[in-house]
Amino acid sequence: MITYPATDSKPTRQAFGDEITELGKNNQDIVVVDMDISKSCKTDKFAKELPDQHLNVGIAEQGGAGVAAGMATAGKIPFLSTYAVFGSMRMAEQVRQETCYPFLNVKIACSHGGLTPANDGGSHQAIEDMGIYSSMPNMTVIMPADYHSTRKLVKEASEIYGPVYLRFTREKVPMIYDENEEFTIGKANKIQSGNDVAIIANGDTVSIALEATKQLTDQGISVQLLDMHTIKPIDREAVQECMDIGNIVTVEDHNIINGLGSAVSNVVAEEGNARVRKIGVQDQFGESAPYEKLLELNGITVDNIVRKAKELV
Amino acid sequence: MSHPTIEELKQQAAELRKTAVTMVYKAQSGHPGGSLSAADIITSLYFKEMNIDPANPDWEDRDRFVLSKGHVAPIQYSALAHLGYVPFEEIHRLREYKSPFQGHPDSKKCPGIDISTGSLGQGFSCAVGMAIAGKMDNKDYRSFALLGDGEIQEGQIWEAAQTAVKQKLDNLIAFVDDNRLQIDGPTEEIMPNQDIEKKFESFGFQTKRINGHSIEEIIRTLDEFTQEKNGVPKCIVCDTVKGKGVSFMEDVVAWHGKAPNDEEYQAALAELEGGLES
Ligand SMILES: Cc1ncc(C[n+]2csc(CCOP(=O)(O)OP(=O)(O)O)c2C)c(N)n1
Repeated sequence: MITYPATDSKPTRQAFGDEITELGKNNQDIVVVDMDISKSCKTDKFAKELPDQHLNVGIAEQGGAGVAAGMATAGKIPFLSTYAVFGSMRMAEQVRQETCYPFLNVKIACSHGGLTPANDGGSHQAIEDMGIYSSMPNMTVIMPADYHSTRKLVKEASEIYGPVYLRFTREKVPMIYDENEEFTIGKANKIQSGNDVAIIANGDTVSIALEATKQLTDQGISVQLLDMHTIKPIDREAVQECMDIGNIVTVEDHNIINGLGSAVSNVVAEEGNARVRKIGVQDQFGESAPYEKLLELNGITVDNIVRKAKELV
Repeated sequence: MSHPTIEELKQQAAELRKTAVTMVYKAQSGHPGGSLSAADIITSLYFKEMNIDPANPDWEDRDRFVLSKGHVAPIQYSALAHLGYVPFEEIHRLREYKSPFQGHPDSKKCPGIDISTGSLGQGFSCAVGMAIAGKMDNKDYRSFALLGDGEIQEGQIWEAAQTAVKQKLDNLIAFVDDNRLQIDGPTEEIMPNQDIEKKFESFGFQTKRINGHSIEEIIRTLDEFTQEKNGVPKCIVCDTVKGKGVSFMEDVVAWHGKAPNDEEYQAALAELEGGLES
């Protein structure tokens, strides 16, 4: 069930830290591989409570990725934990060659996704990561929207075989789902049905899309709202349903190229006919600024979603 | 190169420490620990050793400096602000929108930054590239880099090292700020470095371990190393204390990336006034 407006907010990296510790207690094969940032990635709790299932390789992401792949060949389920920029780019080829290609059971679980490491500046904001991993065969790519959905999707990622990239927020995001809501990797979560326009969002933009949906609904526009937490494999059926509506607005905290909007557009291009408008990072690097300011600079706002949706209907 | 006295340099280092702490306090974000451990190295380079012209930051014959451990930007920004690369008031805008002082050094936004850094392990290779270009163009400029003792766990550091030796870069000097702490704990626990000097030596560097808070020793070693045109790159391993100069930050892991509150800030300023005890 959706709780809206949200009464509380937490960073989704916190949900990862909480869930992975619980999972580790129940499955000794789950291993966390840290790279000297366990405190900000929230894996310090796991390190403390499950020292025998924990490894810190120091500031050495490429080596860490290789170590994880090696452990996976022996039946371990390693979770590589670092910031999204390093987890997707520094170790990209290592993951491609030694995890995706041999199809091993390694998870890459990264905090500081998108613009959320706001005042750290452009060097630390990961706007390319989901696109990079989406283009690797065998990889699953996920960004959950809030605390409870993160816990559910991390759990499921640990239960399916194969490489998964999970991306979390540094910033707090509103808790929009209650803890009983169920999530399935590769299946969009339909938050609201409608027939004038479909809004497809993921990660930290779902709560923004939710507010836009409320405003549009108040103005008499019927909105279908999807939380497309998994961008690969994309839920084709869910996109097809939106194509039947004919108007689609996508929203993401990622470069406008190769993220959620592109994944949806690919389905539309291959299978049907609909008008798509993409909202996301405008193919530009970020800079130090408050998180909300960065979203605004890229048009990732309630107002812009409302405007784009109205242009279509 | 300018000719300040050691005493003047020590005073300058105290000013840089105060400015760096002020920046982090004002921003309520940033990295004080590794900024303070690097303050005496940065002072010696910017206020004595390097041939630079704040009025002409892109001067093509200037010495180059790469802050490979880019998260300690506040200490480099302090030097740039005191030298007039940017208006001094900008120190109050660390990590703010449109500030030259981004969370990590940004060469597109801040004059005096030779290349953007922030992702550990990469800057040193860029310093090597700058030194190679200098040799190719028969220029006299030198290339300096500052590395963290955690940072040198990155494999790319050693790729840079082998290139520097192969290319006979006697115009390259690397400093390792060996403050013995990284984020998750002491370097010795998180990922032991073994003998840093021997490591660089076995790659073919000329190395020396010194007290990284003794401006005399830093200057003396620089004098010695810059004069040796022997076809060998140099590495100065500096024994330092993370948080040096602020007693409650010294050698405390938690001050890696934490901002002081009002009280802590006032206490820090009071302690930094007048410089390090010698
Ligand atoms: C590639 C990369 N991995 C991780 C980080 C996150 N990080 C920032 S500072 C730091 C620790 C650096 O330790 P050290 O080099 O010893 O610096 P100092 O103690 O002097 O601050 C880490 C892991 C980063 N900036 N870049």
